[in-house]
Amino acid sequence: MGAQRGRWVTPLIAAWTAAICLFLYMPVVAAALASLSQSRYFTFPVVRWSTTWWGKTFASIQIRELIETSFTIALAVTAISVALAFFGALAFARYRWRGRSLYQRLVLLPIFFPQSVLGLALLLWFNALGLPLSWQTAVFAHLVWIVPVATLVIAIQVYSFDPALEEAAADLGASRWQVLKEVTLPVLWPGIFSGALFSFLLSWGNFPLSLFTTGADSTVPEYLYAKMIAGYTPGVPVLGTLSTLGAAVLLLGGYGLITVIRRARGA
Amino acid sequence: MAAAAERDPVPAIEAEAGRRFSAGFRCSLPVLALLAIGFAAPLLTVVGFSFVEPRSFSLWSEPSLANYRTIVEQTYYRSFLWSLFFAAVTVVLLAVICYPVAYGLARIFGRWSNLVTLLFVLPLFIPEIGRIYGWVLFFIKGGVLLGGVKALTGIELTSILFTPPMIIFGMVYVYLPFMLFPMTLGLSMVPREVTEAAFDLGASRWQVFREVELPLAMPGIVIGALLTFVLGVGAIVEAKVLGGQSVIPITHDIEIAFTYAQNWPLGAALSVLLMLVVGVLVLAVLKRFDLDRILGRR
Repeated sequence: MGAQRGRWVTPLIAAWTAAICLFLYMPVVAAALASLSQSRYFTFPVVRWSTTWWGKTFASIQIRELIETSFTIALAVTAISVALAFFGALAFARYRWRGRSLYQRLVLLPIFFPQSVLGLALLLWFNALGLPLSWQTAVFAHLVWIVPVATLVIAIQVYSFDPALEEAAADLGASRWQVLKEVTLPVLWPGIFSGALFSFLLSWGNFPLSLFTTGADSTVPEYLYAKMIAGYTPGVPVLGTLSTLGAAVLLLGGYGLITVIRRARGA
Repeated sequence: MAAAAERDPVPAIEAEAGRRFSAGFRCSLPVLALLAIGFAAPLLTVVGFSFVEPRSFSLWSEPSLANYRTIVEQTYYRSFLWSLFFAAVTVVLLAVICYPVAYGLARIFGRWSNLVTLLFVLPLFIPEIGRIYGWVLFFIKGGVLLGGVKALTGIELTSILFTPPMIIFGMVYVYLPFMLFPMTLGLSMVPREVTEAAFDLGASRWQVFREVELPLAMPGIVIGALLTFVLGVGAIVEAKVLGGQSVIPITHDIEIAFTYAQNWPLGAALSVLLMLVVGVLVLAVLKRFDLDRILGRR
């Protein structure tokens, strides 16, 4: 009976989902095409294919510096945000404590806040403190937004965590540190890993916060933006496509790893 | 507090030295400290800046209400209305576009839904700028769409790039996952037995949707709508790149005040008004939801 009712619904929804997916990837494809075209200005259909612009991009010292800056910021953000968010998530989902409900809402506030305004606010704040802007201030700015996201991601894993495991370990004589190292961390590991992946990629792609807080240092998204407003070269789609490929490899590789490890554990 | 201690399942650890603060509170401290110096303090700075003399660069200049007077006297209300309008249209369009996909993810795709989710997550991590620029290359004269049409049919069309509808198009594109995932979460909270029971009692597909699925999935839908609305009000790149500055949203006005105009206090006052609109909305909505139920259903 259930199958009868939904006969026409299922293919319709599948087709709609496929269409939306296509829509999501369309600009990525357009950028990839532009990056592989030889001409200075993009025309479609592509007349002559070439990888000239890819070569030029790889050879450019400026672009290497951009990637280095973005990478350094993303790594620092990942390390700090995972450490903070791990405890943040325990407070969010694991323990029952007074003030928890207020805390949960406070954590969500930066996520539900226009990022461009947050970037400006941080700019004014750094200025009032007399801090010079650099990639370090950008790391801090990213953290304000990314730590709450990572906290949520890890908290979802913490919700499914059975506190009885910690209790059992403690009963068997494990110290506080041993409980954390041998029980809590391994069980929550997939959530922590997801939190790290989210932190890295969100920092890597962030524009509104970087725009106001990096000072003289420039990140990849900032460079793309500057070039888009003035001075297009096919290096822009090359760098965009490169970012896309990097993110895809990291994400698919990461989740592939999780799946493999889960299977190995289950077997 | 006594009840909380009883429910805390790690008595051996907790009892140790009879600490004054609960474990939860201690764990929350690093994050709370970050929010205090990275979120609360900067916002207070903005509020402070909005009350000093126009064009000053120090928080300790003459206090003044001139910035707010300027905003009321000039046409900034238009930018506000555009921003709110764009965000509202985006939310409505996204609700309609995402519902079938969310329904599929929650109910139909089964073991495929992990893969489909991954496909929808991936674009989130590509710099937003790059994706928006991809659309410029798609829609621009001689780009993928118009160049393709011309090569196939010989017809030359004018590009719709740099018009207000393109801004909404860009926002729908960029914020789609932010509506989709909360909505999926909401829909997967609807127990299958309830919909089955409604069907068995003779409800039509439409009635089940209106009277069972929609109300039960509402927490997720509202969170998604709130998130996309807030992000939409804060959007800046879409209007600049895809809209070609045909319309100036409030975020753009703020940016102008901070950059070209070098009038930080005015920009701060505009930001304060925007923060008020967003803040009131977010607090009003968040107050009504039990986050444990939404996030911790597994």
